[in-house]
Amino acid sequence: MKKSKVFWGYAIIALVLYAVVQTLISFGMVNTHYQNMLITMCINVMLAVSLHLVIGVTGQFSIGHAGFLAVGAYISAICTMKLGMPFSMAILAGAVVAMLAGLLVGIPSLRLRGDYLAIATLGFAEIIRIVFLNIDYVGGAAGMQVTHQSTWTYAFVGTAITILIISNFTNSRHGRACIAIREDEIAADAMGINTTYYKVAAFAVGSFFAGVAGAIYAHNFYIIQPTAFGFLKSFDILILVVLGGLGSLSGAVLAAIFLTFVSTYLQAFPETRMIIYSLVLILVMLYRPTGLLGTKEITDLFKFRKKGGTKV
Amino acid sequence: MLKVNDIDVYYGNIQALKGLSLEVNEGEIVTLIGANGAGKSTLLKTLSGLLKPKRGSIEYLGSAIDGKAAQSIVKAGISHVPEGRRVFANMTVEENLELGAYLRKDREGIKKDMEHVYELFPRLFERHKQLSGTLSGGEQQMLAMGRALMAKPKLILMDEPSMGLAPLMVKNIFNIIEMVNKEGVTVLLVEQNANMALSVAHRAYVLETGKIVLSGSAKELQESDEVKAAYLGGL
Repeated sequence: MKKSKVFWGYAIIALVLYAVVQTLISFGMVNTHYQNMLITMCINVMLAVSLHLVIGVTGQFSIGHAGFLAVGAYISAICTMKLGMPFSMAILAGAVVAMLAGLLVGIPSLRLRGDYLAIATLGFAEIIRIVFLNIDYVGGAAGMQVTHQSTWTYAFVGTAITILIISNFTNSRHGRACIAIREDEIAADAMGINTTYYKVAAFAVGSFFAGVAGAIYAHNFYIIQPTAFGFLKSFDILILVVLGGLGSLSGAVLAAIFLTFVSTYLQAFPETRMIIYSLVLILVMLYRPTGLLGTKEITDLFKFRKKGGTKV
Repeated sequence: MLKVNDIDVYYGNIQALKGLSLEVNEGEIVTLIGANGAGKSTLLKTLSGLLKPKRGSIEYLGSAIDGKAAQSIVKAGISHVPEGRRVFANMTVEENLELGAYLRKDREGIKKDMEHVYELFPRLFERHKQLSGTLSGGEQQMLAMGRALMAKPKLILMDEPSMGLAPLMVKNIFNIIEMVNKEGVTVLLVEQNANMALSVAHRAYVLETGKIVLSGSAKELQESDEVKAAYLGGL
C-alpha cells in the first residue's frame, strides 16, 4: 500500500514533468538547441543509470560502456535506415543486440576482478568500435547517415523505463544479491548466492539500457561515427556514476543532468571548455569525495526527516 | 554426517591439503586446530564449495558434495561463517540476516529464525537498524554467526570465531557455540585458540601442513604432551 503510493507519486511527478516540457516544445518555447540538450540529458541519464547497476550496485568495475552504446546505436540505425523498420522497433532491436553483446562479453570476463575486469571491458569496447570502423555496410570511418527521429517523448519514456526497471531490480531480492556481491563476494558466495549469474545478469541489463540510449543517440545526431564511441566516451559515463556517488541511483541521475548542463553551457567557450569542465569535476570530488550523494538516495533525505518527526 | 576421504586441494600449483580425511558425526562439536598455513581455512572453503578438491571425495548425509556449487551446498544445510567475519558492511544488521536466509522461501520460518537469532544475540537486536560496518569486532562476529544460522543449517562451519576478540568476548562467543550445538546443530570449528576450542569440543583433529597428525577426543588432546607443547603453550 505504502510502496504503491510512493510509486504513483513518482509516476505523477514524471508525467507532470513530461507534460510541461512537451507543452513548452509544442508551443515553440523551447528552441531546437535546448530540445537537443534535453534529449542529450536523457541519454546521459540512461547511460549513467545503466552503468550504475553494473558498478554502483554490483561493484563490477566496467569501463567499456561505450561499446554497448555503439552496438545500440549501429544496430538501431541499420534497422531504420537499411531495413526500413519503425523507430520504436529499432530501439528494441538495438537494446536486445546490446544485451546479447553484454552477455557475450560478461560470461568470460566476469571471472576477472577489479583492475583486470576493467581492462578486459575496455578491450572489448575497443574491439566493438574497431569492428564497426571496418564494416563498409555501416559506412566505416566516414560514419553512417541517420535520419533525425529522436524526440523528447522517446527520450523521456526511455529514461523513465530505465529508471523504473533498474530501481525495481535494485530493491528486489536480486538487487540484494547484487549488493551483497559488491560488499563481499566471498561472503555472498558462502550465503548461497550464485555470484556469476548475478554479475552477468547485471551486466546484461546494464547493456540493454545502454543499447536503448544508443538508439536514441543515433537518431538524434544525423550521423554516427565510430570515433564517438571510443574509450573517452566510456570514461564520460564512468564520471557520471562516480560523481553522483557509487551506489546511488538518484546521484547518477543528478550528475548526468548537472554535467549535461555544464557541458552544454560551456560550448560557448570552446577554448576553455575542457579546462572548466575538469575544474568542476575536481572541485566536486574535493568537496564531495564520495560523490554528490554518496551511497544515499535522494528519497533517504525525506525518510530521515520523517523519522525525526515521529520521535518527537 | 560428514565424511572427508583423502582429499587433495591446490591453490594453483601449491598443494594446501594432502590426502586429508576426517569425519564429523551428527550432534558433535568437532574442532580442527593447527598453526597458520596448516590448511584449516582451506578445508572449510572446500567443504562449502568455494574450492574444489583435485582428488578424494566429500560425503554429506550419504551423498557426495565435492565439486558441487556453493549454493547447492548451502541448500543442503551446510553454512559457513567465513574467516574475518565478512559482514556486508554497508547493509544494516537486519539486511545481513535476511541475506543469510537468501535461499529460503518460507517467510514464517525466516521470521521465527530471525527472532531466535535476536534471542541468542540480544546485542544484534539493539542494533538491528545499524549499518553492520559500524559494529565492533565482537558484534560483527555475532552477526556473521547469526547470518549463518539464518540459513537453518544442519552443519555449521566456523572459521576462527575468536580472531581479534577480547578474552571476555571470546568466552561469550564460545558459550553461544555450545548453545547452538545443544539446539541440534553440528559444529565444525576451526581455531587457533586451541585451549578454548578443546574446552567446548567433543572431538578434535590437529592439522599440520595439510595433513592430520593427531586426532582423538578433546580431553585426550588437551592432555597430550605434543599438543601442549605445540599449541597450548606451557609444559
